[in-house]
Amino acid sequence: MGKTFAKPEALSDANTHYCPGCTHGVIHRLVAEVIDELGIRGRTVGIAPVGCAVLAYNYFTFDFQEAAHGRAPAMATGIKRVRPDLMVFTYQGDGDLASIGMGEIIHAANRGEKFTTVFVNNAVYGMTGGQMAPTTMPDQRTTTSPFGRNVEEVGMPIRVAELLAALQTPAYIARQAVIHPKFIKKAKRCLKAAFTYQLENRCFSFVEMISTCPTNWGMTPLQALKWAEETMLPYYPIGELKTPEATPASN
Amino acid sequence: MGKVLMKGNEAIGEAAIRAGCLNYFAYPITPQSEVAEYLSRRLPEVGGVFLQGESEVAVSYMIFGAAAAGERVFTTSSSPGISLMSEGISYIAGAQCPAVFVNIMRGGPGLGGILPSQADYLQATKSIGHGDFRLLVMAPAGVQEAVEMMMRAFPLAEKYRNPVMILGDGLIGQMMEPVEFRDDLRIEPTNKDEWATNGMDTRGDNRRNLVKSLYLDPDELNNHNLRLKEKYERMKREEVRYEAYRTETDYRVLIVSYGTMSRVCRTAIDLLAEEGLPVAMIRPQTLFPFPEDAVREAAAGKSCRAVASIEMSMGQMLEDVERSVQGKRPVRWYGKCGGDVPTPEEVIAFVRSLID
Repeated sequence: MGKTFAKPEALSDANTHYCPGCTHGVIHRLVAEVIDELGIRGRTVGIAPVGCAVLAYNYFTFDFQEAAHGRAPAMATGIKRVRPDLMVFTYQGDGDLASIGMGEIIHAANRGEKFTTVFVNNAVYGMTGGQMAPTTMPDQRTTTSPFGRNVEEVGMPIRVAELLAALQTPAYIARQAVIHPKFIKKAKRCLKAAFTYQLENRCFSFVEMISTCPTNWGMTPLQALKWAEETMLPYYPIGELKTPEATPASN
Repeated sequence: MGKVLMKGNEAIGEAAIRAGCLNYFAYPITPQSEVAEYLSRRLPEVGGVFLQGESEVAVSYMIFGAAAAGERVFTTSSSPGISLMSEGISYIAGAQCPAVFVNIMRGGPGLGGILPSQADYLQATKSIGHGDFRLLVMAPAGVQEAVEMMMRAFPLAEKYRNPVMILGDGLIGQMMEPVEFRDDLRIEPTNKDEWATNGMDTRGDNRRNLVKSLYLDPDELNNHNLRLKEKYERMKREEVRYEAYRTETDYRVLIVSYGTMSRVCRTAIDLLAEEGLPVAMIRPQTLFPFPEDAVREAAAGKSCRAVASIEMSMGQMLEDVERSVQGKRPVRWYGKCGGDVPTPEEVIAFVRSLID
């Protein structure tokens, strides 16, 4: 009997710097599995954000560029426009993409740039130490909203997937969660669909991943998974929000 | 091919194509929007990439992405737009990628004005963005020279794996002059497989490339900055360019001036020569590296009584001129920075005031 489970070729042997219970590792693995399955490692360029995943390039085994905070979609645009044969994806957190990088993601999506964005939404700034993000839930305590997010002062959390899905340019926009095996399987299908749309030069593709940050939420990993499911999923519903055709490629 | 009459901004766009750069990302801003307008028609004709970005910030990262993927790429902008690009320029310099930025300067600070100026000298030559880095900065004094500097900018950016800036005042972009595109100036791109993130299959190897500017280890970051410094020192040794005008005479005043301002000074010098007052000029063609040896030696000329930094800014290049002269002669500044170019008569009156 051969191997039934192995580390993807696209994933390196390095130990990650992520905290116990962090879901970045799950998403990294899903990305690596999809790249292996599509056989595109040799022509893939990843773009690392600023945030917890800034060192993501240490965990993959293909070309990587490191962006400034929020600018990954502009860099991906630059690569993809001059080298349309390369497979390009950005890997961005919610502070990076939904706050400082909102302009770049909206315009890249609206131009229909043929790259893929993996958007990790854990409702908080991770690397800088747990500050409030545009995605922080109402009343959620962070180091810059010590009494809980006051929506009267700073508004409601931004639903990025819905915002991008409202654009008229054809795109693949999905939201999934990596907080339970049944969700993770769906997340993998959507991620593969997103890369496939790019491979076929069809459209911009975007998968938001509802994730956890036990360290900055002040919870155990198990409490964090429960909180994400009970608090985040009702506000950030999972599913495919937009596809460029009637029948999504994930079906 | 003979000479054609072209506006500076359009000639700059055409020169990039002749230099073998077919990738251009930009955001409109006066007084250089004609570059984007010209290239939006011209680049599709030659199979190139034209894209109007959503902001100068985004454009600087489109440039970064394309440069990191190993392709020749450039953008053009003007002063406020260059400030917005300065973040990306710092990352590009830190990640050691070749790219060309053109700044057709207007007056500042803030929105300032839309007329010609040289108000971004210090920004371009000393510290355009955060961190320890330099650009190689070239300053054309006419459309033909702008074209030739564009042709040289791409191979220089590749030689040093560093951003190169063409710093022209608004008049360089707006005026029309006869121009010749010389194919013999074209230098083919270098092979970038050693470092570019152009895909492992492109390079035919299994070793991945990484383009980054983050060095968390203090020794690593220090060593990285030492390597960058060595590049800038090499630029100082190998890339200084300037024009010496009438330095063979017994000049009594040495003018240091660049760009459009240097053309007015040349006229003033010719008129003063007819009036029997010999004056010479050093015209820097590279602002970084600055021709400090040439300025120091010319200032030390036996008959030279004073040195004048004449510029369309409030005494920015003056600092480099003073540094070069090292106190051996009095150094004075004259200039205007509202959009008017000083006239030859104004320059003459100033020069005379130095020796009366």
